[in-house]
Amino acid sequence: MPYALMEGNEAIAWAAAESGCRFFAGYPITPATTIFNSMLKILPPLGGICIQGEDEIASIGYCLGASMAGLKTMTATSGPGISLYSEHISFAIGSEIPIVIVDVQRLGPSTGSATRGADGDIQFLRWGSSGGLPVIVLVPVDVSDCYTLTLHAFNLAEQFRCPVFIASNKEIAMTRENIDIDSLEKPAIIDRTSPPTNHPFLPFEVAADRVVPYFLPIGGDILVRQTSSTHGPDGYITTDYDNIAKNQERLHKKLASGISRFSFHETILAENADTLLLAYGVSARAARDVYRKQKNRNRPVSLLILKTLWPVPDALIRETARKFKRVVVVEMNLGQYVREVQRILPDKSVEFIGQMDGRLINPRQIEEAIYHV
Amino acid sequence: MSSLLNTSRPPVFCPGCSHERITRSLDKAFQNMKLSGGQIAVVTDIGCSGLFDTFFHTHAFHGLHGRALTYAAGIKMAQPGLNVIVTMGDGGLGIGGAHILAACRRNLNLTLLILDNFNFGMTGGQFSATTPSEAHVGSGFLNQLERPMDVCQVAISAGAAYVTRCSGYSKHLTEEIEAAIRFNGFSLIDIWGICPGRYTKQNRLTPQMITEMLSKLPSITGPVANNSRKEYNEHYRELSAGLEPVLPPKKVAVKFRPPEPGRQEVVILGSAGQRIITAGEILCIAGLTAGLRTTQKNDYNITVLRGHSISELILSPEKIGFTGIESSSVIIALSQEGVDRRKGLFGRLDDHALILKPPEINTPMSPAKIHLMDFKSQRIKPKDWALAALSVMAKLNKVIHNDMLRSALGFKFKDNTLASAMDLVERVDIT
Repeated sequence: MPYALMEGNEAIAWAAAESGCRFFAGYPITPATTIFNSMLKILPPLGGICIQGEDEIASIGYCLGASMAGLKTMTATSGPGISLYSEHISFAIGSEIPIVIVDVQRLGPSTGSATRGADGDIQFLRWGSSGGLPVIVLVPVDVSDCYTLTLHAFNLAEQFRCPVFIASNKEIAMTRENIDIDSLEKPAIIDRTSPPTNHPFLPFEVAADRVVPYFLPIGGDILVRQTSSTHGPDGYITTDYDNIAKNQERLHKKLASGISRFSFHETILAENADTLLLAYGVSARAARDVYRKQKNRNRPVSLLILKTLWPVPDALIRETARKFKRVVVVEMNLGQYVREVQRILPDKSVEFIGQMDGRLINPRQIEEAIYHV
Repeated sequence: MSSLLNTSRPPVFCPGCSHERITRSLDKAFQNMKLSGGQIAVVTDIGCSGLFDTFFHTHAFHGLHGRALTYAAGIKMAQPGLNVIVTMGDGGLGIGGAHILAACRRNLNLTLLILDNFNFGMTGGQFSATTPSEAHVGSGFLNQLERPMDVCQVAISAGAAYVTRCSGYSKHLTEEIEAAIRFNGFSLIDIWGICPGRYTKQNRLTPQMITEMLSKLPSITGPVANNSRKEYNEHYRELSAGLEPVLPPKKVAVKFRPPEPGRQEVVILGSAGQRIITAGEILCIAGLTAGLRTTQKNDYNITVLRGHSISELILSPEKIGFTGIESSSVIIALSQEGVDRRKGLFGRLDDHALILKPPEINTPMSPAKIHLMDFKSQRIKPKDWALAALSVMAKLNKVIHNDMLRSALGFKFKDNTLASAMDLVERVDIT
């Protein structure tokens, strides 16, 4: 089968274009810069817009404006930029602005190591915005995932009117790999939903059979209001406690209600395994090597690879872990997602393998930890 | 045209606030221009200037403090036909300073009204970027330590094509606003006004005093001749119209069988500037010509032409998991700093492994075979050593063969670059 050679960042850019993304704003930052470079090559000839912001706050601000004016938008950065995005992430959550945000993680804290990988932002992406409302975080394992998960990310952002993160990692983003885009299983492209024409439009009114407001763009014939303030269905400030509570609960539930539709994952079960390896991102590749090597030996392991980390697929994790005595979580940090797994499986032995020094966790380390050799 | 004021939400400014007058002048300017609400987006900052969007029947966007210009730019780029008006106070001016400079430099057709009343009104009259040092404010003595900035001079320096400074009490305020909106490019009006809720509780300031203060400053009105240029959006469309569409990376046709069966791991240990990453990519493409899967994991520092550069390459008939190198088939050692960074690799080599290196590079003891490459005597420049080493591998039939390498070069390069790469791999001597 013929393949192309692409790095993860390029795959994200091409998938964004296929999703209909026509606005990108970013600020150069290793290891996310090649997404900006790729979007700058791809978008202008398509009539799209690619802007180099004066800083990260501006970059995501441009995207929020363009998104409300009707375009599918994406921005990309690394940990230091995500820190600066924070005020606009909460804006996008609370005011339901569709946007795809790529975090190409690098070793932190702070400016850390620009050219070394890590998965150190996993809890930060969930909790690093004011208000504490949920977000969607998708995590690619390889270059092909970068492509397909980006298509899903746009679909989810448009459907749920929310920010969707792709938590990449330098070790996927800047690693070249074979890819055959034609053979990938791709979702149909979904666009944001316009309201029915027989009903007066209120920008944040939610129809009885929906969890998400209809969308009309700023700049169309019907006037649209957008605001970062606590608002009622009409987009004006509200101080009504009941209205406020109802809306906050809806923002919380709208993602939880759809979770079974977008809990992307792979379950690879080995016969007679008593241990379940749970991994995500680039570390899942080493975990898969361990599964392959051990599957015909004395102590095989099964494998659950999560590609949606947030909202946490509680039921999936509980169900998959049911038959196993022991669950071992592998992640490229000092213990972040393992907290969620321990919360979901209080009666199981949940162990942790982690590392945060810029090197990948290798299959030997996982074997040593699970077989205590 | 009728007023665009929202009669069900009248202004809620303090009695005597100049913002109310500016609200009505803005509405009159819209009427004079015969604009409907659907042709306008009012983008507002935070504070009292952040209330403006609620007073008008227009498209509206209200966001975070200091960032209004960023949303406005996104809206305008997406909807070039809209009239986009930004209202911001002197507080937002200080907070969003970088965005003001960017807007001036960019010349996107937005209109920025700075409602300059010399303090943060809503939060208690703290000092802002324009508060006089001698004023009494809610920040104690701190404003005595800082100088107010002249935003008009700053804007002109940053390239703003249209700058006006005027009083909120000017008889010509409506005309000033209308002219700024009509200007095709970024326009900024610094409108001086009175904050009766905070500022004039402790400081004496009247419309007459504002007029006198302005008369002592150089007059700044309208287009800035030296900064006249194309509007950003139009210029963007003009420059992008000539660009050829690009296509995703092409697939590499499978034409060969690899010289050796099974998984092959190759590490290139070199320095920045030795084109290590490019050589790694070529090896991957060569692998694809033989139907192999492949990964290229790179390691280098943030410096550009200094420091080690390492490429770890896997070519395999199976799907590749872990992308690091566990047991190399070939190590290409081209610089001492590259070798020193990965000394641990050599301890894991077996006697089937091959080390390719120039004679002057020292590698740790290992059971691997060593093949010396004397590129210096062949007059091959260090920046070509990585590609030359691939040619040595191909000539030794290790991991790749000559046809795979030549085919990869043909895929990657064109014209003169291809010719010189082909010439190089041809003339590399392995004896």
